[in-house]
Amino acid sequence: MGDVLAIAEQKDGKIRSVANEVVTVAAAVAEGLGGSAHALVLGGDGVGEHAGELGTFGAEVVRVGEEAALESHVPEIHAAVIAEVVASHDYTAVLFAATAVGKDLAPRVAALVDAPLASDVTHLEVNGGRLVGIRPIYGGKLMARIGFETSPAVVSLRPNAFGADGSPASGRVEPFTPAIPDEVRTRVVDFRSAEAGAVDVSEATVIVSGGRGMRGAENWGLLEDLRNALGPGTALGASRAVVDAGWRPHSEQVGQTGKTVAPRLYFAVGISGAVQHLAGMRTSQTIVAINKDPDAPIFSVADYGIVGDVFEVLPRLTSEIAALRAEG
Amino acid sequence: MSLDIIVCVKRVPDTETRVRFSDGARMIDSEGVKYIVSPYDEFALEAAFRTTEAGGEGQVTVITLGGEESLETLRVALAAGADAAVLLRVRGSVTMDGLATAKTLAAELKTREEPLVLFGVKAGDDDQQQVGPMVATLLGRPCASSVTSFEVHEGTVRCEREVEGGTEVVELDLPAVVTLTKGAFELRYASLKGIMAAKRKPLEVKDADLPEARLTVERLDYPPERAEGRIVGEGVEAVPELVRLLRDEANVL
Repeated sequence: MGDVLAIAEQKDGKIRSVANEVVTVAAAVAEGLGGSAHALVLGGDGVGEHAGELGTFGAEVVRVGEEAALESHVPEIHAAVIAEVVASHDYTAVLFAATAVGKDLAPRVAALVDAPLASDVTHLEVNGGRLVGIRPIYGGKLMARIGFETSPAVVSLRPNAFGADGSPASGRVEPFTPAIPDEVRTRVVDFRSAEAGAVDVSEATVIVSGGRGMRGAENWGLLEDLRNALGPGTALGASRAVVDAGWRPHSEQVGQTGKTVAPRLYFAVGISGAVQHLAGMRTSQTIVAINKDPDAPIFSVADYGIVGDVFEVLPRLTSEIAALRAEG
Repeated sequence: MSLDIIVCVKRVPDTETRVRFSDGARMIDSEGVKYIVSPYDEFALEAAFRTTEAGGEGQVTVITLGGEESLETLRVALAAGADAAVLLRVRGSVTMDGLATAKTLAAELKTREEPLVLFGVKAGDDDQQQVGPMVATLLGRPCASSVTSFEVHEGTVRCEREVEGGTEVVELDLPAVVTLTKGAFELRYASLKGIMAAKRKPLEVKDADLPEARLTVERLDYPPERAEGRIVGEGVEAVPELVRLLRDEANVL
């Protein structure tokens, strides 16, 4: 009792850095509950090679299931194997990262083990021996403090909301042979990569978002230049108006019917700031707004604003930032 | 090919609404709030209409779980083009415990024959993103989530999914569950003819049991207010000062 299981996500055979964050939270929660943190790594041959390193972030035990069938993310298979591991031990909580993969798997596992699920949690703690979380609702317009009336609880954690905290230690690696379901009715038939090196808006540390003030898809090169000047980890974002107009894909949309983001630095360029957009980005660490309308609502959440023509301001901003980064 | 489709929808506050709650309340204040079909459920509805239209036949049945007020949500769906509607009427309110909701929906779906069940990827109120895959798992059916478009073939449905770093194409055997995100499916406007016709379409009300929630809201809060920001200046001349502030004050460059 009191043990917490962290699901460590892998991609292309490597444990993703978001797993460090999930294990860090699992260790903190387990300590509060008087138990220990376990991590689970699933994938093809060799995925467990560096699994012991999750001990750095507080995993006492790292359970590793290597099987060719686990190499790609067929959710039915992964969910069945995770559920079996959850059922094999008395876990108080099972933690996922709220990534595309985690958000797809967590509900299936919750249904298989008959446990409630809180998604996209931004704060998790033990209070009076009970697990308590906070999660944004209504696209970030409100925060709900939630409690679980049962154990285990399944929780997915918003990436970047917690941070990873390590100290030198090694986890005890325990390999096991996963039972792969015989009948699988889901087949992954193709994968088309987005632009090479592109960072997903939900995982970026810096976001450059454009709105209707950009006037058309043909002007996005100016935002791409700024993104490139800001360096790796920077993603492009877009307002709903821009996505509805077909200028940019929905995968870039920030706001209530898009993605809720919390980067270190958020540029809102030519975005007026509708309620549903503000809800999706207001927890960013630093917000910069550039807009020609001094009364635009975006300025009410911005730390720094420039009132002006985005077509004049953007190129100068890009060159100043590029010069700064060149100085190192 | 043609097939019958179920679309599960939820009644939620309009996304343009400023949601409010009274002190100590665990639910929002519904007074003066305009309610709509959850935006992602609208994509699912439109996807269902286009699929049955392309097939030349096939019925679209829309299902929701809630109180009498959800009848309005079903009428919107019927006016837009759904053929039939079912309200699973429950006492009390639907909670944030999506597994409780999924169990009630799955119990109803188990009694039905439709090979394809569509959901919006998440509801516009709780943002839990869980009921669709949970229902699929409870029914033992395959599921694809965050789907932007799909095609039905003989015995299968081929889906394009929006995932980090690209688009994944998956094929599911029918019967299956698919959850829709924003793609090409903007819901059509209901015509006056559609609204009139909706009044003669079958709308069934069935009493249903909702299991007790095991995930409870203990308190609501507004997100922390942001500290007052400042206008650095006007036009291109303000850029050097902005960059200096980002570097020296905010420490983010």
